[in-house]
Amino acid sequence: MAALRNDDAALTAGTDPVPAVRRRRRIGWGYFGRRALMSLESFLVTLVIGFIVFSLVPSDPAQSLARAQSVTPEQMADLRAQLGLDQSIVVRFFHFLRNVLTGNFGYSWEYRQSVGSLIGSAIGPTLLLMGTATLISVALGLWLGVRAGWKPGSKFDRFWTGTAVTLWSVPTFWLGMMLLVVFSIGVGPIPSLFPAGGMSDPTVDGHGIAHILDVAHHLVLPCLTLVAVTFAQNLMIMRSSLVDELGNAYLTTARAKGLRDAEVRQRHAVPNAMLPAITVIFLQVGGLVGGAIVTETVFSWPGLGLLVYNGIKIPDLPLLEGTFVIFSGSVIVFNLIADLLYRVLDPRVQG
Amino acid sequence: MSAAAIEVPGPADVLEARNLRVTFSSRRSAAPARAVDDVNLALGRAEIIALIGESGCGKSTLARALVGLVKPQGGQVISQGAPLKYSKAALRQHRRSVQLVLQDPAGALNPRHTVYDLVAEGPRLHGLTGNLYERVCTALTQAGLRPPEQFLARYPHQLSGGQQQRVVIAGALALEPSVLVADEPVSSLDASARGEVLRLLIDLRDTLGLSALVVSHDLGLAWNIADRVAVMYLGRIVELGTVEEVLLRPQHPYTRALLSILPGRRSAQTLTLLQGEAPDPAAIPGGCRFHPRCPLYAEKADDPRAQWCRERDPQVLPALSDSHLVACHFAASGAPDNPTAPPASAVGA
Ligand SMILES: Nc1ncnc2c1ncn2[C@@H]1O[C@H](COP(=O)(O)OP(=O)(O)OP(=O)(O)O)[C@@H](O)[C@H]1O
Ligand code: SF4
Ligand SMILES: [Mg+2]
Repeated sequence: MAALRNDDAALTAGTDPVPAVRRRRRIGWGYFGRRALMSLESFLVTLVIGFIVFSLVPSDPAQSLARAQSVTPEQMADLRAQLGLDQSIVVRFFHFLRNVLTGNFGYSWEYRQSVGSLIGSAIGPTLLLMGTATLISVALGLWLGVRAGWKPGSKFDRFWTGTAVTLWSVPTFWLGMMLLVVFSIGVGPIPSLFPAGGMSDPTVDGHGIAHILDVAHHLVLPCLTLVAVTFAQNLMIMRSSLVDELGNAYLTTARAKGLRDAEVRQRHAVPNAMLPAITVIFLQVGGLVGGAIVTETVFSWPGLGLLVYNGIKIPDLPLLEGTFVIFSGSVIVFNLIADLLYRVLDPRVQG
Repeated sequence: MSAAAIEVPGPADVLEARNLRVTFSSRRSAAPARAVDDVNLALGRAEIIALIGESGCGKSTLARALVGLVKPQGGQVISQGAPLKYSKAALRQHRRSVQLVLQDPAGALNPRHTVYDLVAEGPRLHGLTGNLYERVCTALTQAGLRPPEQFLARYPHQLSGGQQQRVVIAGALALEPSVLVADEPVSSLDASARGEVLRLLIDLRDTLGLSALVVSHDLGLAWNIADRVAVMYLGRIVELGTVEEVLLRPQHPYTRALLSILPGRRSAQTLTLLQGEAPDPAAIPGGCRFHPRCPLYAEKADDPRAQWCRERDPQVLPALSDSHLVACHFAASGAPDNPTAPPASAVGA
């Protein structure tokens, strides 16, 4: 023990003089189980609601699939039977449940491919777009939020809060179209800088660096659109979380100990404000889904959002059900992660 | 009463305010708030001074200025015999020797740091990392958290209010300061924890020779722990002396009014309620700043000196530590030391 006492490392070393208190911070399995069960419940409720909403879509899928070709009423009835539309809604709901449990949603009516393979090829592009946009939006929002929240009312705060909220209130569709017109088609002196849509150029070699650059080039505008409309949330969350911390006396204590302003911010205020902020940001990830669908549609990005958009027009029920399960499932998982994260990181909340 | 048991070379006064002025200018009103308006106060080695006064009279602002958290608009803070410079290095040095203890320990401790990190923060910052573990344990022991090892890994929310305040004090002690400036250190604690923490401050004075300025609006607290008492009114010290002098033989009408509302004293002294509005430091009355509310002035309306109350600011009290000082035109003429007589007849008769 004497050797360990010489410095700081004593506490992190194995033979620590620290009793078991630190270990109490773990989340118990019991809690985890309860929370997971709750998530499952809300997932089921979401499924029911989703199913009802899809069944309420007014247009008739059989009609849209027939595409205004002249079909006899018999052919129409045949098609309906094929699609399973002649069955009662209760039977269809149980089919749907079975599909969810087996993970097999059958064939898309529109694409005439299995829903699984459609989703499989669309999930990568969506993860790429949403992942990149979320990372940039969170990093930008947090950074601006910290700067703005540390000196609320300052010029920096007013400028960035104003800008962010303005962009936030702009419809995603409109912003996407504007960016498309200005930077893809080109306006006045602005040349066409970025491709108008899709994820890659078929004339570019599909492998290696050239391909990566090509995809990155296509990614710029959709990503910019998503970041522009979402970073405001992160900024405002971080800002208000930090403003909440400002009044705390421990910041005064830290200053009185001799910490400089920037140190007080980095060591005390920001880490403490970050925890609730990150939690709320995780909860907001669900909000990105709507934006992603619109953005993918505007830029013909071959992801899940575009599938949903194309599926709604029919409505292609198997496809919609499959993508819905993916979207709602991931939102619920994010909520679960947010909750567990909070408990792990905050010593005051213990299971 | 002062237990200057430890003889250490150096200046007799460890911390001093010299003609200190702190003003806050708000955007709306033109007149700045003179929260601290020309204050002299010297804290001796191993001395506890209680600073008392109504809410809003500038006690916390004076405390923060002494710690160097607020830069004064006028006057000086004398730290270890030399005027405090507001350069980063000088401030850092100053903050090692003068430590702040705040009212609400739950808020003053970062909730996500362990006791070890909380106490070690100051030493780490000031580069005192050799023997850090030992230093932290010593500080915790001195603050009465024994055995210290038991507390190291705890978080503030796992401690009682009294223990939390001891951790705050340990965090201060870890820097081996010469002065604690404590802003209402016990007012958020329950009665038993209150007594323990006050006892601790006295012990620290006696064993370590630590000086303390304890801000409070509780006269009983001042009586229990202080060597001297400074009474503040609207940014100015109006009475200064030993506990016995100020609390048993108060001379300033304001001090008398404060004392008269103590429950135990009601029988001995006439209850004097302060008249008028709560004072506004942005509009300090001319003449004696207390005259609109002063019961003595109200009574002495015919006395020729009453005119002084309206027109002349009583002299700013110097930072003398060996006399009983009163900033009042009537009391200054030498009032009889008669604690039992009602205030009106005690002064200027
Ligand atoms: N940062 C500030 N900005 C503007 N005015 C302030 C500021 N801090 C204090 N004041 C004003 O200065 C005056 C003195 O405040 P201070 O907090 O020092 O009083 P106090 O004696 O500690 O009161 P309390 O007993 O309520 O703590 C008050 O009128 C207050 O409104
Ligand atoms: S100087 Fe006059 S007004 Fe001021 S405290 Fe003394 S008696 Fe009251
Ligand atoms: Mg105060």
